[in-house]
Amino acid sequence: MPRKMAGAKDIVLLGVNHKTAPVEVREKLALSQVERPVSFVFESLPSCQEVVFLSTCNRVEIIAASMDTEMARDEIMEFWTKCSSLEPSIIEGCSYEHRGTSAIRHVFRVAASLDSMVVGEPQILGQLKDAYRMALEEGCSGQLLNKLMPKAFSVAKRIRTETRIANQAVSISYAAVALAKKIFGELTGKRAMLIGAGEMAELAAQHLKANGVEELVVANRTLSRALELSKALGGKAISLNELDDALIEADIVISSTGAPGTIIEKEQIRKIMRPRRHRLLFFIDIAVPRDIDPGVNDIDNVYLFDIDELKEVVEENKAERQKEAVKAERIIEAEVIKFQSWLRSLDVVPVIKGLQEKAEGIRKKELAKSLKHLKHLDEKDIKAVEKLTQSLVSKLLHDPIICLKKGADGQDRQQLLDTLTRLFRIDAVGQTVSLEDYMESKAKESKKTSSQNG
Amino acid sequence: MDRFIFQLAFFTYIAATAGFLVNVITLRKDVERIATRILLAGLALHTVSILLRWLHGQHAPLVSFYDVFSFLAWSICAAFLLFQAGHKLKALGAFVSPVITVFMILSLMHPSQILPLPPALQSYWLPIHASISIVSYALLTLSFCISIMYLIQENQIKKKQLGAIFKRLPSLQVLDKMAEKCLKIGFPLLTIGIITGSIWAEQAWGSYWSWDPKETWSLITWFLYAALLHQRLTVGWRGRKSAYMTIIGYLTLLFTFIGVTYLLPGAHSYAT
Repeated sequence: MPRKMAGAKDIVLLGVNHKTAPVEVREKLALSQVERPVSFVFESLPSCQEVVFLSTCNRVEIIAASMDTEMARDEIMEFWTKCSSLEPSIIEGCSYEHRGTSAIRHVFRVAASLDSMVVGEPQILGQLKDAYRMALEEGCSGQLLNKLMPKAFSVAKRIRTETRIANQAVSISYAAVALAKKIFGELTGKRAMLIGAGEMAELAAQHLKANGVEELVVANRTLSRALELSKALGGKAISLNELDDALIEADIVISSTGAPGTIIEKEQIRKIMRPRRHRLLFFIDIAVPRDIDPGVNDIDNVYLFDIDELKEVVEENKAERQKEAVKAERIIEAEVIKFQSWLRSLDVVPVIKGLQEKAEGIRKKELAKSLKHLKHLDEKDIKAVEKLTQSLVSKLLHDPIICLKKGADGQDRQQLLDTLTRLFRIDAVGQTVSLEDYMESKAKESKKTSSQNG
Repeated sequence: MDRFIFQLAFFTYIAATAGFLVNVITLRKDVERIATRILLAGLALHTVSILLRWLHGQHAPLVSFYDVFSFLAWSICAAFLLFQAGHKLKALGAFVSPVITVFMILSLMHPSQILPLPPALQSYWLPIHASISIVSYALLTLSFCISIMYLIQENQIKKKQLGAIFKRLPSLQVLDKMAEKCLKIGFPLLTIGIITGSIWAEQAWGSYWSWDPKETWSLITWFLYAALLHQRLTVGWRGRKSAYMTIIGYLTLLFTFIGVTYLLPGAHSYAT
């Protein structure tokens, strides 16, 4: 058995996510107490040459590159057991493991938000970018991950532009904002009002603000809570008694009180339409039971959506996203194949380099030996002999190198590499250059020598 | 020659219409760009055919049904292109280009020979009155198309049908504003059209206003649009009511423009 070849570094990925592990497990693996988690992980895993550590509220993953993925895997398990104080069997049971191709695919899918709780939600890409930046800053990533991670980002971007996976609003608050845009066009300068101070209303209000809504009024039964929320959102608080006047000013109203019956009646709204100068009014009723009389929707220029109607919109959009996800998976498969062929070129390079160095070493040694006995040769003849040996070596090595570069696949390729290293007894060198980089440096070298000769 | 170029323009318009329809179905932006360019090419051809006709005849080609429908189609096309250069209102082309095509067909259905003009009508007021009036019709056509889009979109939202149609049409407020904008330009032009017509009438027939059917219906149309604009500006009318009024106003306008001439003959009949 030949010893483990340098350059045969592969990717190993272990992780837990919202599908495989409960939050109690995820939070124990998240290393939230550690100041520089990626360095900590990196130092704890001696068999891994590169590490990226991703921790979000839905997933914790260690993405590593190692010469010995088997050992790396065991080390990661051990590391997690140690720092989470969970039973190894528990971690084993709710974690997933990917190596090689499957790890590449997994990273691409995560980046493209195909593995997310809500498929297509864009936050994960930002989180993955942050994780990679940390690893880069701490010097924990290397050649392999420096290629893999940026590639994952560009794949995610490609999917975003080529499919409509992120075009649909898939949460209630996003759906509400999308609807408001279809009614008002631009939301800049519009006034929003929250009636009741629930969490979902707050979220919707934040989205509205992010989309340009300028004024925000919070009306609540207890004024203190209204004050609190309006402060947090940067708005103004009123009591429920002032509702009618505030409704005249508002454009978008989000209602979410716990009131047992309706608090806004059709007649009430009909009356305010004239003082409003018939400006469009958009009601979002996310309360159960409903706060707003459904008849309000029948008034001209007034639009009402209740929670069920919004949910329906969201469900339709989700279905649309699933369809787009199929297209995205196809793109990912193509990119995985491309990435693999790059990866494959990596372990060929050291062998080629070793082969060439060995041949060059022999040539130089033998040439020097012979020249000692050939004292009668003049300068010109020495040059000619040198040229002869050089061309002999390069002609001899030409075919094997081409064979390596074009490379057979899988089993064959590994066999070829093993055979070559055994036949020529080469020490593979230069494990950190890819084929392209290597060719480039080669080209530069020959340029240099030629310019020296000239 | 002018008729041949006119027919070329007609087929170009049909191609553009097809392009806009494909655009609204597939949502491909490049198709919309191409369709707009085709429409522009059609407008250029159309312009050439109108100018040639002007050179041939002794008077502005705004006399026969063939002429006025042709010029109306030309004006709608020009107004649409100018409007889109500024506003880029989504899906508008799919609504306006069929209307252009319809007016082109109406024009083609009428005889195109140039007839001598009765001496009473030989005046520089002819091109002024007729062109201003027809340009105002063109803008009111745009506001009519936008109002139809408004009503479709409003119906989708009220009924909570947020499907393919909803996605393809612009937002309500934008549609409302744009319809208003066309009204605000179209209405003053309509007013000027009526005033110049009355001045011309004084010169030709000796009286500013003689209550012939065309004049009466023009006034009715004018009052409808005036009422609509008044309500919009003072009470803040908008949305569905305003869109319905725009459509009623436009139908009245069409009757004034076409129906009166066919059904209620008077001094204003087009040369046929």
